[in-house]
Amino acid sequence: MHKEKIKVIVSKVGLDGHDRGAKVVASLLKEAGMEVVYLGMYQSPEGIIKAAIDEDADVIGVSYLSGEHLVYTPKIVEAIRSNGLDDVLLVVGGSFPPEDIPLMKEMGVDEVFRGGSLTKTIIDYITSSVREKNH
Amino acid sequence: MLKKRLSSPSEMVERLLAGDRRAAARMITLVEDGAEASNSLMKLVYPHSGRSVVIGITGSGGSGKSSLINHLVRKFREQEKRVGVVAVDPSSPFTGGALLGDRIRFQAHSMDDGVYIRSMGSRGYLGGLARATRDVVRIMEAMGNDVIIVETLGAGQDEVDVIHVAQTCLLVLSPGMGDDIQAMKAGIMEIADLIVLNKADLDGANFCLRSLEATIHYGLEESEDGWKPRVIPTVAAGARSEDVQGIDELVEAIEAHQSYLHESRTIEEVQAKRIEQELGLVFKDELQKVIFRGLRGTGKKRKYIQAILAGRTNPYSVVEDVLRAFLKV
Repeated sequence: MHKEKIKVIVSKVGLDGHDRGAKVVASLLKEAGMEVVYLGMYQSPEGIIKAAIDEDADVIGVSYLSGEHLVYTPKIVEAIRSNGLDDVLLVVGGSFPPEDIPLMKEMGVDEVFRGGSLTKTIIDYITSSVREKNH
Repeated sequence: MLKKRLSSPSEMVERLLAGDRRAAARMITLVEDGAEASNSLMKLVYPHSGRSVVIGITGSGGSGKSSLINHLVRKFREQEKRVGVVAVDPSSPFTGGALLGDRIRFQAHSMDDGVYIRSMGSRGYLGGLARATRDVVRIMEAMGNDVIIVETLGAGQDEVDVIHVAQTCLLVLSPGMGDDIQAMKAGIMEIADLIVLNKADLDGANFCLRSLEATIHYGLEESEDGWKPRVIPTVAAGARSEDVQGIDELVEAIEAHQSYLHESRTIEEVQAKRIEQELGLVFKDELQKVIFRGLRGTGKKRKYIQAILAGRTNPYSVVEDVLRAFLKV
């Protein structure tokens, strides 16, 4: 089913107060023509999922900086699964050791972008993956 | 989500009426997109709508609309009412993208199943709302929400569509936004049933309060059967909860306006106006859809544009010709 706009939730989780990256990515996705629901800081995994449900989101993007990615990611994946949001793409971004990327993918993250990723790479990935999931 | 397994309209509406938020979410996307299924969905939703209290909140960007709504939701939840919130933010005229940032202020309710919040991009629609906002309100009504709060995008002077959707309209102002002449102008000042002077702890708030009160006293007409707008000073954002002020008074004023609407039977007039507006918009939308569908693939639209560009004709003559051919008059 064709959707007019790609809708993305952009959020931070836990007590990590570094939101510059999340704000930059939110602006870039907006400029790429997407509708971005910006949740800001201090969210819980359950709160993010509830927002994704209410907003009929295609993508959940979570940004980490202070090393909580291996703590919260499994909780977000679990909340996505228990709510049956199989069609929602989970994308993680931010600052973490490269060796943690395969760990997060094993947990169920669809894609990971570390700091330094190109705008075009992120946008192309989201656009093509959402299109694929919808067809 | 439900994208792959799209159920039938009647199935979706059944789930909506049972309060299923995912059915609601999916339906809102469909009406927002003006999808094929949206008309048949709205036909089924319609009879279950029209019974909730609908509150509109407008005012410029940064005046504190979302922060106030956060407190209003809290108050209505204390009264055990189910609450729906539709928050509109502007879409980019260039890319069509939007940054929908109202949810940040609603974090206190992020885990509450009795609150359904939906953000919408305006998608080029003028008037302070999105084209589909009125349908979204009806969907939220059918979902079983007792109160629905409609937040316009940051509105300046003339974005007044919210009066066609809401029964009680709040205009949110803050100090330092101009002198009393601004308050005397036509447009947005006139649509307010209640004026909220937010950030009332800032310098100049008292002067602002006095000029607004004077404007109401001398200017704004009392409606025929006796409602006069009031100004309610509030402080919606406070570091400590005791810094937050005026919320109880605001809720009381909203309730007073609602009782006035019902006691004076003005509510029937308000509902009739809402339907009149709706009828006009649906007419316009459908007519445009049918006509553009007829033109699609014929290359005529491009020819018209070229002809107008070359100065051989103008939009008025083109539309007249197209309509005449279409209606065969």
